[in-house]
Amino acid sequence: MTDATTMNAVSGSGLRKSHSGDIVKASLKRRYAAEKRFRAYGIAAILFALSMLAILFSTIIGKAVPALTQTMIQLEITLYPQDIDPDGTRDPDVLSTANYRKLIRQAMFDLFPDVTSRRDKRQLYDMISPGAVFTIRDQVLKDPSLIGQRMTFQMPMSDDIDQLNKGAIRADLPESERRVNDKQIAWFKRLESRGIVETVFNTTFFTAGDSREPELAGIWGAAVGSFFTMMVTLLIAFPIGVLSAVYLEEFAPVNRWTQAIEVNINNLAAVPSIVFGLLGLAVFINFFGMPRSAPVVGGLVLALMTLPTIIIAARSALKSVPPSIREAAFGLGASHLQVITHHVLPLAMPGILTGTIIGMAQALGETAPLLMIGMVAFIVDIPGGPLDPSTVLPVQIFIWADSPERAFVERTSAAICVLLSFLVIMNVGAVLLRKRFERKW
Amino acid sequence: MSFPVILGVLVLLTILGFFVGRSRAMGVVGGQANQLHSRPHYYGHFIGAWCAIPGVLLFLAWVALETSVIESMVIASLPPNLANLPQAEMNLLINDIVNLSRGDVTSRAVVETDVRAAADFYAQLKSSSKTLLLAITVVLALAGMLFARARIAPDLRARNRVERVVMIIMIICSTIAVLTTIGIVLSLVFESLRFFQKVAPTDFIFGLEWSPQTALRADQVGATGLFGAIPLLAGTMLISFIAMCVAAPVGLMAAIYMSEYAPAKVRGAVKPALEVLAGIPTVVYGFFAALTVAPFFRDTGIELGLVISSESALAAGMVMGIMIIPFVSSLSDDVISAVPQSLREGAYGLGATKSETIKQVILPAALPGIVGSLLLAVSRAIGETMIVVMAAGLAANLTANPFEAVTTVTVQIVTLLVGDQEFDSAKTLAAFALGLILFCVTLVLNIIALSIVNKYREQYD
Repeated sequence: MTDATTMNAVSGSGLRKSHSGDIVKASLKRRYAAEKRFRAYGIAAILFALSMLAILFSTIIGKAVPALTQTMIQLEITLYPQDIDPDGTRDPDVLSTANYRKLIRQAMFDLFPDVTSRRDKRQLYDMISPGAVFTIRDQVLKDPSLIGQRMTFQMPMSDDIDQLNKGAIRADLPESERRVNDKQIAWFKRLESRGIVETVFNTTFFTAGDSREPELAGIWGAAVGSFFTMMVTLLIAFPIGVLSAVYLEEFAPVNRWTQAIEVNINNLAAVPSIVFGLLGLAVFINFFGMPRSAPVVGGLVLALMTLPTIIIAARSALKSVPPSIREAAFGLGASHLQVITHHVLPLAMPGILTGTIIGMAQALGETAPLLMIGMVAFIVDIPGGPLDPSTVLPVQIFIWADSPERAFVERTSAAICVLLSFLVIMNVGAVLLRKRFERKW
Repeated sequence: MSFPVILGVLVLLTILGFFVGRSRAMGVVGGQANQLHSRPHYYGHFIGAWCAIPGVLLFLAWVALETSVIESMVIASLPPNLANLPQAEMNLLINDIVNLSRGDVTSRAVVETDVRAAADFYAQLKSSSKTLLLAITVVLALAGMLFARARIAPDLRARNRVERVVMIIMIICSTIAVLTTIGIVLSLVFESLRFFQKVAPTDFIFGLEWSPQTALRADQVGATGLFGAIPLLAGTMLISFIAMCVAAPVGLMAAIYMSEYAPAKVRGAVKPALEVLAGIPTVVYGFFAALTVAPFFRDTGIELGLVISSESALAAGMVMGIMIIPFVSSLSDDVISAVPQSLREGAYGLGATKSETIKQVILPAALPGIVGSLLLAVSRAIGETMIVVMAAGLAANLTANPFEAVTTVTVQIVTLLVGDQEFDSAKTLAAFALGLILFCVTLVLNIIALSIVNKYREQYD
């Protein structure tokens, strides 16, 4: 307001030139300061937003790096035939249900003959991951002739020991404040000094399904589930989106009904995603009786959610094809549909595909509606098809973020990095597509 | 035999139909395509449509009705002592039969022979249903092919017919968006009405207490759940308000700087970087809020002698605000850029500095559009789910203190429905009533915002 009165003063006192000049001069410093301040606010706003982006990325990437490695133990184990296969049948059923746990326990106790009490023995065995038995079992099943031999197995250590090794559990804290007790730390130091502890690349994380044990959990199951879900979404949303965009843009008469469709599409694009989840639960699962947790239902819900994005993008791509193309085709005697399918659609296709990729990237990161239709279940198996129960990457991130184990923090961050890199690839692809095929008419 | 196989067979038959139609059309005119009304491949599409459309319609109807038809056949085959069970027990029985036929575990300790027989009957019906569907599909497709083939003649207007079919398919596709909205409204309203039969609407809308647990026994303590939505709405508003306190000034100032001050190079680099904020999945923001921002606020609070909950509304709202910045900035950028250049030049001519021009000329001119973009951002904040699910609390506190934990409508929808299988309790139905509120509020905000933005756009174009 003060600036406005200044300007009034300037224009109202045109006759007394020197005086008004003084007023302007006197206020100039203040006005320029205000100008600078205003400009600084703008820069500060942008810096704030960008620094938040930087903090977000750096914390998540920083937390994700430890997930790339896993602490393993090289344990020498004797595969006693009387423990694995007392009858010598080599029957796979017997081999897969044998008590490998006992063998690992025995090997650990042999390393530490001084550990005698039951409680200490249990804590000693707890340093090895419960998944270690599968390492032995799989090798024995692959090659039953190993039975009776003494050989070295590389087995994962438990998540707490892994965290201790990576420094996430600090040994200098009081014993009551950490999940690894003093004895286990001492044992771990002894194992290290024997040179049988090693830190290797964490392949489990990229190849396994979910697990309650962080050292056995992986994202492959969720990635496959995401793939099936995205396929269903694409197969439904792309054809329907393109066909309805063509109809609305090229054929639809302007009347109440088409106007209603347009208003409706714009509003549908802004409906909260969780409402689509409620729709999926009420209609697809409870009314049509489709299976819970299945990618096909998730894909359907996400397809309905992505549809407005694809329609809006496809319509603007169709709109940008110049009328001269259409008129030329009409002039050569093409029918309306021939004009569209032979000329307009191919020219609009890069724009449509760009919009579709962006819509799919949104769908890939969507979590809330999938929680409603039961994709949040704990699923260990890798899904084999769109009807199998499965989860998806963002939901897997949500499940792990809710888990209390400390080792899941780094795995959650790593899963976020995987999800973000998929999104980056899709968005870069969309940008390249647009740059490569963009035409100025 | 599974559904994908049947669909695959249908696709193969359709492709076969296409080639039959094309060669038949060429055969009719003795290889002289110019004698035909349409190009030969239109005759192929003509037969292809006759093959595919009846088969697809049958397939869809079959998929929709198969389960209920088979179930009623199984129920009809049950002996009288099982067939006359009450509804709830009948549902359980059907469930067991289905699980038994798949070899899964059932809820029964002992499986009676009758149930076992019913499960076998069910499995048998399922597999014969697929075979029957395949047979009927093939017969329908072949019949359609022969019928259409017989009608091919030089003066058959194949192109016009095919185009009409394509037109009908396009119209059906364009109504799907409308059907989705109708589906949303119907499912929300229908389930909410069932909820309001159990809980009075006034208790829901004006109630001050929210504790939705329903009792297992009638005489339990706190047996009746309380479904007052006010604390949830207040929590939603508090978090959205905090989010807007972050997003509105930052987004607006960023938009002003980028459209009025920034050189083209900076603009070209910063704009995509801000858009990245909008592209990050919300679950990532939720993780960031719960793991980094909330502990940071809590520890800062301890330093300053304040009690800040580790699920404080402040952390969730602040991260949500960061997420919304690009919505505000890109929409405001559009409306600010749309202000005609002549207004700016007029202000400069009167001796105004750049910031005076912006504050006194451009912003007032762009105000309706900015308000519209802020309203869209508010509706985005209200409907946002994952950030609050991961970073905000579960307890429904009626408070305006941003340092305390509050809960929101979306958090409660998720907690009420995740992992809950029963579908008739007031608890699960309450989620749909909350969903209805959410849908209505965001819809009204969107309609107002879009109409403001559109009205403003027309003014200068």
